[in-house]
Formats: sequence, structure tokens, C-alpha cells
Amino acid sequence: MTAASARVPDPVRLTGGTVAIGGRPILRGIDLTVRPGEFLALMGANGSGKSTLVRALTGLRPLTAGTLKLFGTPFPAFDEWRRVGFVPQRPGAASGVPASVWEVVSSGRLTRRRLLRPLSRADRAAVDEAIAVVGLTDRARDGVSQLSGGQQQRVLIARALAGSPDLFFLDEPTAGVDLPNQQALADTLGLLKARGATIVLVAHEVGPLAPLVERAVVMRDGRIAYDGPPLADHEVHHPDFGEAHTHHHAGPRHHDHAPHVSSPLEGGLS
Amino acid sequence: MELFSLAFMQRALLAALFTGLAAPAVGTYLVQRRLALMGDGIGHVAVTGVALGLLTGTSPTWTAVVVAALGAVLIEVIRERGHANGDVALALLFYGGLAGGVLLTGLAGQSATRLQEYLFGSITTISAADVWVTIALAAVVILICVGLSPQLFAVAQDEEFARVAGLQVRAYNVLVAVLAAVSVTVAMRTVGLLLVSALMVVPVATAQQVTRSFRTTLGAAMVLGTVASLGGLVLSAFASFHARVAPGPTIVLLALAGFVVTWPLGVFLRYRQRLRQPFPAGRPDRHEIASNGHLHEHGPDCGHVAVPHEDHVDYVHDGHRHAPHGKHYDEH
Repeated sequence: MTAASARVPDPVRLTGGTVAIGGRPILRGIDLTVRPGEFLALMGANGSGKSTLVRALTGLRPLTAGTLKLFGTPFPAFDEWRRVGFVPQRPGAASGVPASVWEVVSSGRLTRRRLLRPLSRADRAAVDEAIAVVGLTDRARDGVSQLSGGQQQRVLIARALAGSPDLFFLDEPTAGVDLPNQQALADTLGLLKARGATIVLVAHEVGPLAPLVERAVVMRDGRIAYDGPPLADHEVHHPDFGEAHTHHHAGPRHHDHAPHVSSPLEGGLS
Repeated sequence: MELFSLAFMQRALLAALFTGLAAPAVGTYLVQRRLALMGDGIGHVAVTGVALGLLTGTSPTWTAVVVAALGAVLIEVIRERGHANGDVALALLFYGGLAGGVLLTGLAGQSATRLQEYLFGSITTISAADVWVTIALAAVVILICVGLSPQLFAVAQDEEFARVAGLQVRAYNVLVAVLAAVSVTVAMRTVGLLLVSALMVVPVATAQQVTRSFRTTLGAAMVLGTVASLGGLVLSAFASFHARVAPGPTIVLLALAGFVVTWPLGVFLRYRQRLRQPFPAGRPDRHEIASNGHLHEHGPDCGHVAVPHEDHVDYVHDGHRHAPHGKHYDEH
């Protein structure tokens, strides 16, 4: 390690990280350091704690023991949220009221906007660019609910991109996404990696993302079972790492839009 | 036209204008987080607030604001904490609020008609002081809903993302709950506590039949809410020369009529949208020619929906996909 890179604080440093939910231990004594520019895949069977770990790293799930430092700052004092981009796991980007792709992506810019100020020219340019990176420029004015599941996932990535963060957390971005969209996702992440972003990705199976992964961390029963060079998908499901033959199934896709209040007796999508 | 020169009518129009703007503004955020009935819940709780005012001899508007705000924050806490049975807790609040209100009104020695003014609105009996309170509260609601719309939108759209973006999610959630409570009490004199939710939700439901973005939905809902509340008031005022027509229900029915008119349009637009979805890439394995009786020539103005498919355009024709191929059409 050169002297210059030694001075850059590690984006993530978790020591003895423990999480208990409802009195049950979910994560136990996790030590994990992510170095600048690293592309890390968090893998493991369902219920192994990989999503909980990402939620703990973003502060969504408080640690019951251990310390977390982001960019060298202890978590309670951390406020540089503009440096963190988060892509949550969810079936879609839609909500009860129509929202355009542009609007959803522009909310990623809130980390850099002051209260009650209109969008600056730089904000607009960043939103346009983020949409272009995920290849949805021609759909920018369309409603999010009109997009396919894979495209909605790309919208969520663009939203994280819009704030120009250095560190990305992606929770299962490939779950329930068809192969062409997974490829589009891989291209986007490849671009981010080339720009020097640090990426922490939760995945059950990496698929087309495999060439990008530099380091794999496999979780098993709330502990780190493997930490090292990337593994092939079938190796992750080795009995040593968890139950064999667990497959990830995307949850039922909700038709996640207007009908709640919009219109009774309407056929079509269910 | 001399109707509009009457002082009580001018006061009523002012109150209706501000109510019509404020209620759908908050309502948009409630619908966005799928809490369309929250306004109803707050309305029920506010009945107890009104009754407390009647019992203690203070202004029912202010006691209603306080009790409704407390109820709204309680609902918000239940929503945040509770997982599956949040709706049961909401139901308990609904009925507790309504029953408590009716009981307290009785204890205060007030007649049911006094309470009815608040349950179903009595905009034409509104006093000058009440109008000013209504305008001030509604203006605050509108300013916050529009001014903080990027933050409120982000929090309602995706709470987890908003938290990782460093927003004070809980503070914004409580803010929306309190704004909802304030607009419920603002609208209480106009449409009444039992119908307040309609003015918050129906314009939003109408707007989103035709809109694709949040900003236009918010704006259109506010316009529709204003049209409904002013139109309903004027309609009922003219109709009352012939029959007893209450303004509150007229406003709500007018808003609902707007939805009924817009709904088929929304169904049609969504149908077109689904037809126009681009087809997935990949050509059929077999070269199948459209049935030999196909005499129609497809083109930009042929009236059939043109859908992009890889490097060409498919025409949707009676459930078939016709792709031009030389002199004939292929089934894709």
C-alpha cells in the first residue's frame, strides 16, 4: 500500500458488529472493512444475514454491539450522506401517486440540496446524467409504474447515482430482474467501478455481474463464512456456506400503482 | 348575482377557496403513502376535540386542532411501530373519537344539531374570525406542502432511501400527520368532519387518472379541489332557493362527479399505455404470414397501435401483431 492511499480512510469499517432483532441474534461479531474502490459482493443463502448486514452498514438497522465507521467517521457522528448511495430492495419504485422517472431520480439529489431551494442547473444536469447512465433517457418523463420491474430497478440505481456518491450499497439489485436488464445493470455498475466508486452489493447469485466482483463475502447464519476472491455461484451454495439448493425467488410482483384509490372494476393488470 | 354581495356568502367563498386548495395538497401525500383513509380517522378523532370545546366553552376550532393533531401523531406512531395490525389500531381510534365526541357533547348539554354543524359542515354560518383562522391555517398547510415537496415526496416515496439520504424521516412523517390534522379542522366547517377525507382524497384520485408525474398530480388535485369546493358552494347556494341543499355534501358529490367523468379517460389512457409497451426483443422462430385475407395496409395513420419491436414496427390488429415484410405482413 502506498503512502498516499494509506491516508484515505476506508469507506466502511465495521468491528464486532452485532445485530439482534426481537431478541434473536441475526449478525454476530462481524468484522468487515471495505477499501476504497473495492467491488464487494455479499452473498449467502436466504436468512444468512446478508441483507441485515447492509441495513446495519447504512444505519437502517441499529447495531446492538460493535462500532461502525463510514469514511473514518464513527457512525453516530456521520453526516456526509452525500457520499453514500443506497439502492433498497423492493419490488418496484412506484407508490400510491404517479411519479415520473425524472422526479424519482431527482429525489436522489436531496443529499446535496438545501431546504426550500429550487433545483440548480447542476442538480438538473446530474439527474439527466444519472438517467442517461442507466439508459432510460427516452423514458424520463414517463410514470415509474409504466416501466417493467427491471427498468424500475434501474430507476432506483439512477436515484442513488444522482447524488454522485463515492460508496454504493445495493440490496439484491438483480432479484427478479430479467437477463437483458441484469446486463444493463452490470454495464452501469462497471461504469461506476471505472469511476472509482466503492460498491457493496448484496446478491444471491451474481450472474452477469460476476466479472466485476473483486471480493466475495459469504454469510452463513449471521457470521462471515468466507472472505476472499470471488466464487462461482455454485460454490456459494456449497453445503459449508449454507443449505444447498436454496434458490432465490423474487416475491410476488405487486401491481403497485393507482388502483388503491383510482378506479374500481378495472380489468387488465392484476 | 346579489348572492355574492352577501357578507356570509363572501366569507363562505373565502373559506371554500382555501379549504379546496389545502385539503388535496395534504391528501396527495396521504394517498402517496397509501393512507387515503387517514383523513377520515383524524376527522373522527377531531369530533372529540370539537365536543371538548363545546364542553369547556372554548373555541371548538382550536380544541379540534389540538386533539386532531394528537390523534394524527398517534396514528403515525402506530403506523411506524405496528406491522400487520395497524388498521385495527386505526379502527379503535376512529370509533373511540366518534363515540367520545358524541358522549361529551351530551354531557355539555348541547343538542345534536350543534354537533352536526361540525359533522357535516355549515360553511354559511362561519364567523369572520373563523374565516381568518381558516385562511391562516390553510395558507400554512399549502406553503409547507408545496415548499417542502421534494423532501415530503422523497420520504413518502421510499422511507428507507430517505433515511440513508440523511433526511429526518420521522420529523417529516409527524409533520405530514400534523398538516393532515390541521387541514381536517380547516375543512371541518366547509364539508364537515365526516366528509373531510373526500376533499383530501377524491381530487387526487381524479387527477391521477390522467397525470404521470407527482408535480402535475399535486397541482391538478389542488385545482380540482378548489373547483369542487367553490362550485359546490355556489351550486348549493343557488339550489337553496328551491330546496334545502347543504353545501358540504354538494361539494363532495361534485368532486365525485369529477372522478366519474375522468375515470373512463384514465381507463382508456392506461389501456393505450399497455398496448404501446414495446415488445421484447427476439423474432419468432417460424415465418408466419398474416392470414391471406389481410387486405388492410398498415401505416402511420391507419389507426392501429404501432409498437416498436427491435428494428421495425409491429401493428396491433385485433389481438395480432403484424410486422411489415415485403408485400405481406408477418405474424409476430
